[in-house]
Amino acid sequence: MTPKFKAQAGTFESSDIMVLIEPVSEETGRQIDISSTVMLQFEEDIKNTINQVLDDLDIQNVHLIAKDKGALTPTIKARVEAAVKRSLGIQEGTM
Amino acid sequence: MKNALGIEIPEYIEGLGELKPFQGVWESIIGDEIPSTNIVRTLKAKKAHTSKLCSNLKEAIKKCKPFDGMTVTFHHHLRGGDGVLMQTIEILDEMGIKDITLASSSLTSAHDGLVPYVENGMITRIFSSGIRGRLGEIISMGKLKHPAIIHSHGGRVRDILTGRIKPDLSVLAASAADEEGNATGAHGPSAFGSMGYADIDARYSKNVIIVTDNLVDYPCVPGSIRQHFVDYVVKVDSIGDATKIASGTTRITKSPMDLRIARIAATVIEHSGLFKDGMSFQVGAGGASLAVAKFLREDMKRKDIKGSFMIGGVTSYGVDMLNEGLFQAIFDVQSFDAAVSTSVLNNPQHIEITCDQYANPNNCGAMTNKLDVVVLGALEVDVDFNVNVITGSSGEIRGASGGHSDTASGANLSVIVCPSFRGRLPIVKDRVHTIVTPGESVDVIVTERGVCVNPSRPNLAAALKKAGVKVVDIKDLKKEVDAMTGIPAEKQLGDKIVALVEYRDGTIIDVIRNVENLS
Repeated sequence: MTPKFKAQAGTFESSDIMVLIEPVSEETGRQIDISSTVMLQFEEDIKNTINQVLDDLDIQNVHLIAKDKGALTPTIKARVEAAVKRSLGIQEGTM
Repeated sequence: MKNALGIEIPEYIEGLGELKPFQGVWESIIGDEIPSTNIVRTLKAKKAHTSKLCSNLKEAIKKCKPFDGMTVTFHHHLRGGDGVLMQTIEILDEMGIKDITLASSSLTSAHDGLVPYVENGMITRIFSSGIRGRLGEIISMGKLKHPAIIHSHGGRVRDILTGRIKPDLSVLAASAADEEGNATGAHGPSAFGSMGYADIDARYSKNVIIVTDNLVDYPCVPGSIRQHFVDYVVKVDSIGDATKIASGTTRITKSPMDLRIARIAATVIEHSGLFKDGMSFQVGAGGASLAVAKFLREDMKRKDIKGSFMIGGVTSYGVDMLNEGLFQAIFDVQSFDAAVSTSVLNNPQHIEITCDQYANPNNCGAMTNKLDVVVLGALEVDVDFNVNVITGSSGEIRGASGGHSDTASGANLSVIVCPSFRGRLPIVKDRVHTIVTPGESVDVIVTERGVCVNPSRPNLAAALKKAGVKVVDIKDLKKEVDAMTGIPAEKQLGDKIVALVEYRDGTIIDVIRNVENLS
């Protein structure tokens, strides 16, 4: 599936992650930009978690921006899923 | 050579001399190793009816004849509002003085201005109980010529009495002083409370300057610092940022996590066997730590318990408990908020003490040795109950040893309160990054997910279980937390030693190595 709209999920609160999705044209692939308060300790882990959710939802072309404040893995998964579904127009939400 | 905790300690460091490895909390103190003192009180002379007043700080410093390689000392009672330390360093720099040893009882956010003086080599050695902010970062990156020495509050007194720190010039701020140098922090527009840390400097420094924004008619009462130790007195317009020196009261946290941890900690104290008439108590000013006082206050009222004394690190919250009759007295080495000053001044049961009396391991009456319960915070703890309060998650120096190891060693019950993880970083480690307080002196670690009792205290664990407290093995807690957060990748540290952590008895308990590229 391909995101149609800009969408976001999450907050800038501690232990949460803000996920922004921007639609891109077909064949551009995934561009994932991560910034995190625990970059040093969990960069790979956060990247893998995001990629796993995108795999599960079959999203190949997307620009995803994640601003993390130390969210646990279930939080990251939920925020990414919510943002993606909003960008697909299959869940109501902001933007 | 390895110390008792298995940490490799160099035998000698250029510029600092020989080092002794940590052998255990009491080994050197109760053994035959009472250090000899080689410090003498400087004899001074002053003709009758001459004046100590100088028109400005520079004039006073000039009279003290500063020289290259000297040791300059300060107290940190002005907290984040201190303007005196930076002013002094700037004046010494103007005069071209180099190779300075800076020995402040602690360094705060007010001292980031030291960065250029460390980088250009004007300051070459630092002794302090705490280092934070940008200064902590550049020292962590190896910019200070010789490794910084992190001591405890009690350890600093000992360091001066043994000659480890030899103060040549001490510039001591006061919120009120008279023309002879009797000085206090208990009143005046910039009142900051106790002057406990400054006493040892005043007594043993070769040159003592009192700096105040509030020159009062002779005599200044109370004389926290006494005139016969003081060489010069300077009246200045400002000793710093009054809003940061003398502001308000400390409030109890509203964080649900901190409150939950504090509630559990108070229950632990209640069932420790020490919760009875005559109990003595110390609590820090930080989030969960101070909140324990709130619950203890309620529990003491409910069970009609009357305590003996509190020490600290005194907040207005402690003063309220004194005024309610929950404790007989407060021994105050440092006041944490401005509202405490009035109590120090007016309440005879609120007793200002020197840091020597508070925590010096080499006297025969330190208050910390008479303490029943202390509640302390932690940046990290480990499965051996060691505590880190000095280095952050990237290995950078960003905290303070303070009275942590002093009080933990003396108290019958040392309680560490901390969340099991902060912003995804697990707090319970296999080995903390830097050991400040050894596990041998820690009894209980309280987290929101359970209470870990040091295996050396099986009776305490049994009593807590019987009272319904959730007691968990610290290794199990670590597994549980790691499963939630994931295992963090550890940053590779360099080989260069940038700081030494000195235990209160003067031995070296840990070393801090350099971190590259702190952003």
